[in-house]
Amino acid sequence: MQALTPYKDAIDIVKEAGGEAFEQCYQCGLCSGTCPWNLVTSFIVRRLIHQAQLGLVDFEDDDLWLCATCGACVARCPRGVEIIDIMRAMRNVVAEVGAAKVPDSLRITAKNIASAGNPQGEAREIRGNWAEESKVKTFTEGTELLYFSCCVPAYDPKVRRIAQATAGILNKAGVDFGILGAKESCCGESIRKAGNESIFQSLANSNIQAFTESGVSKVLVSSPHCYHTFKNEYPALGGNFEVVHTAQYLLELIRDQKLKLTKELNKKVAYQDPCYLGRHNGIYDEPREVLRSIPGLELIELPDSREESICCGGGGGRIWIETKKGERFSDLRLEQAIEAGAEILAVACPYCMLNFDDSVLTMDKGEIIEIRDISELVWGAI
Amino acid sequence: MGGNITAEALDRDERRIGVYICHCGLNIADTVDVEAVANYAGTLNSVAVARDYRFMCSDPGQDLIKNDIKELNLNRVVVASCSPRMHEPTFRKACEAASLNPYLFEMANIREDCSWVHDDREVATQKAKALVRAAVARVYYNDPLEIKEIPFNPDTLVVGGGIAGIQAALEIADSEHKVYLVERDPSIGGHMIQLDKTFPTLDCSQCILTPKMAAVGAHPYIELLSYSEVEEVSGFVGAFKVKVRKKARYVDEDKCTGCGLCQEKCPWTADSEYDVGLSKRKAIYTPFAQAIPNVPVIDRDSCAYFLKGKCRACEKFCETGAIDFEQVDQFIELEVGAIILATGYDAFDPSTISQYGYGIYDNVITGLQFERLSAATGPTGGEIRLKDGRKPESVAIIHCVGSRDQNYHEYCSRVCCMYGLKVAHIVKDKTNADVYEMYIDMRCFGEGYEEFYKRVSEEGVNFIRGKVAKVTDKAVSEEEEGKLVVICEDTLLGSIIRVPVDMVVLCIALEARSDAEEVARKFIISRRADGFFLERHVKLDPVATPSDGVLIAGCCQGPKDIPDTVVQASAAAARVLAMISKGRVTLEASVSHVNEDLCIGCGRCEELCEFHAPKVGIYEKPMPVSRVNEALCKGCGACAVACPTGAISIKHFKPEQILAMVDALAET
Repeated sequence: MQALTPYKDAIDIVKEAGGEAFEQCYQCGLCSGTCPWNLVTSFIVRRLIHQAQLGLVDFEDDDLWLCATCGACVARCPRGVEIIDIMRAMRNVVAEVGAAKVPDSLRITAKNIASAGNPQGEAREIRGNWAEESKVKTFTEGTELLYFSCCVPAYDPKVRRIAQATAGILNKAGVDFGILGAKESCCGESIRKAGNESIFQSLANSNIQAFTESGVSKVLVSSPHCYHTFKNEYPALGGNFEVVHTAQYLLELIRDQKLKLTKELNKKVAYQDPCYLGRHNGIYDEPREVLRSIPGLELIELPDSREESICCGGGGGRIWIETKKGERFSDLRLEQAIEAGAEILAVACPYCMLNFDDSVLTMDKGEIIEIRDISELVWGAI
Repeated sequence: MGGNITAEALDRDERRIGVYICHCGLNIADTVDVEAVANYAGTLNSVAVARDYRFMCSDPGQDLIKNDIKELNLNRVVVASCSPRMHEPTFRKACEAASLNPYLFEMANIREDCSWVHDDREVATQKAKALVRAAVARVYYNDPLEIKEIPFNPDTLVVGGGIAGIQAALEIADSEHKVYLVERDPSIGGHMIQLDKTFPTLDCSQCILTPKMAAVGAHPYIELLSYSEVEEVSGFVGAFKVKVRKKARYVDEDKCTGCGLCQEKCPWTADSEYDVGLSKRKAIYTPFAQAIPNVPVIDRDSCAYFLKGKCRACEKFCETGAIDFEQVDQFIELEVGAIILATGYDAFDPSTISQYGYGIYDNVITGLQFERLSAATGPTGGEIRLKDGRKPESVAIIHCVGSRDQNYHEYCSRVCCMYGLKVAHIVKDKTNADVYEMYIDMRCFGEGYEEFYKRVSEEGVNFIRGKVAKVTDKAVSEEEEGKLVVICEDTLLGSIIRVPVDMVVLCIALEARSDAEEVARKFIISRRADGFFLERHVKLDPVATPSDGVLIAGCCQGPKDIPDTVVQASAAAARVLAMISKGRVTLEASVSHVNEDLCIGCGRCEELCEFHAPKVGIYEKPMPVSRVNEALCKGCGACAVACPTGAISIKHFKPEQILAMVDALAET
């Protein structure tokens, strides 16, 4: 048996990549015990952190790419270790220092984002096409609100309905809003978590420049991932904009009576807390309030909700990595929703929608339950 | 040793200052050119002599000062050495021994403030010169201050009747000095009386505590004020005035014989505090059989007479007519010289950690509840039983519940590892169930503790290293059906582990009392960030507080086990006995002073003072002015800063002293 020796250079390289939080870890293993991966397979988060502490990380290990950055472990960690930063740093050592090979799907996605400004690799010019039938104007100096749809609704025809419902509601409520279309780039939140710091920096700078040049002061987002990075990460790069998520904005419109929800929806609806809206940003009540405002709707809670919510599996770049059947959190979650008697699973994140739509399809549950963004449900109730 | 007596300085003016620069071995001399500093000091105004020496704090060092005071007629002394916290008292005493008023001494800190924080010898030497220059400039204006003494009241107040308060009270009372022991609950005994066995020797807690409780109850020098709370504290060390609220028991202590008939007949119940909710007690109750005093109280919140105006069953059956529904709270004024706070701890409420299922699953219990289950005086007569009466076949003991976790308490509660082991031993002994201890680190540091850990290991207890993530009743296998499943990573295996058990015992943290802030305010002491009372010095003065005459003992100062609590209580008692033995209190001389000609009686000083020292009133002058009670004043200076007319100054910190220092420092 070969004895291991701590490797200082490897300790330093993870620290330099922003993972110095591993120094605070006292190896209790609560992260592993909390991690949703251990509901479906084995992922010993603690061991990865200990390897980082001693400079003995196996950068070839597929485990490096498992973390969906859902934040459940961070919320519980007795030492407050920013475990996501450690994961991001280790991935950065692979992606940018070249310590090992990046998984193929992620590598292609990163290339798409870097060249086209969106993970799908679609042309920038058609980013605003979704808005044509919704009569959305281009944001110009003086427009009150920028609506930033996220790349998924912008390009994915199946998810486009989120952006269209949102635009419909805004028009109905008489909100002065616009989009930046081709000038928008991916927000960069997830590619950063996948270790591509430099791509994130250039996306963020490009968006900050586009927003600033167009005179944007307030941004409405459909994705909690855009919300998180605009609100918590862009300010460090000089981008200071007021950011609101649709869940918050819709509630505001309803409270101010700019929206009247009159059409009944006599269904049982469960709500999936997106990790980046809930645990990462503490927004739990607004989406529930919005749902409760819909006449006839019966809101039911999933067994693990709010702070305890189980991730759909799409964060941290996982949305671009294939997860084996049998290991998908969204499948577990869908089962929970069905068991709880939900006829609709309401989501507030395009990644959740992609994953749950997929689960409904592959588990053949389309007749029992449907996936709807809260904006769609509101749009349907007007 | 270098000496430098400047001849012309001898007759320059009446100030004759001696300056002594300490090498502190190499602590200072390594970084500061001490000889150069001494030479420089010799050139300063009014300096009669300046020397450097290896250890000024040594006897020969002090002798240097004493001899120079006598032979060179010095009337001011400056020592440049370490922090005044270390040796100011040493040098003040040396001055006093040579008949120089100790306040004519001044210290410059050229170690912590200079040599220890600089590398560059030249710069450090420059700075040392500046610090010495400032001290010399200041000492020029120092006045001799009178040191006052007052008599010390030999009576003592002990607050809290747990093991700490009991120990402290007995030690003082045994020396035939009066102790008032104030206990909030109906009986003394504290948390210790709830415990079954005590680690690591497994002595029965009640067996070792009740003799001490009985001794308190019968002691001629202890006045026990049970079911009472301190309302107000005023005065100062040696002469405190304390107002105590004696809560209405609705039972006349003089008439009650403690026969217990009232409790038998009372039809109304509430959760037993003593049994931590595992049993019921009556609305009129003594908390447990060996209660001291053995006099019941009526709990208004569960008594039908107080709630609905009907019943009075207890009154009907009491043969001595001791029940008195008309009783009201009484206020008692005490005068004491010293106060020992022994107010204990609160047990952490684990229901805030929802994933552990406390309050959700019947058989998730706290360590304190386990004590009651295991104790012969408890609800099961000492049998370890599940809620439904079955014997557990497997038990998990979860460590660090609320401790070592920044989401709750960052500190280690120090007793949980050991009581966890004790629980394991008792479960094994009484039920032979499978036992699992889920721990992060085993901390078995006391006498016989590691040996106890080994003993419990040999009894077949399973140790799993990992912080528990969840307790659930959702089975995923047949084996788990009907069980509580404890989930964590076994960090030594590097695998997630699921342990199905019948009972889960949570090793809950010890936390500061929920009213610790209010108590701290009452006694003018401070709290640490973790909420416990702050000691004067964490290592060298762990029983004193910044308030002279107010001492702390036991878990109110931080989590500790019974041996440490008893040690600290004895130490606090010894401190009080030393004060009683001396019989007088030396008052701080550097206190606030009001120039009554300038004072306009606005009262701002009175509002600001934490120690209630200034009082505005009409004294000799017709107009109200502020006067400072020198015994209360700590010389903090808050009043002097706030005084709008500049009427207040602090003795030994007069503006001319401070400004002279500032001017000297500003020189280059």
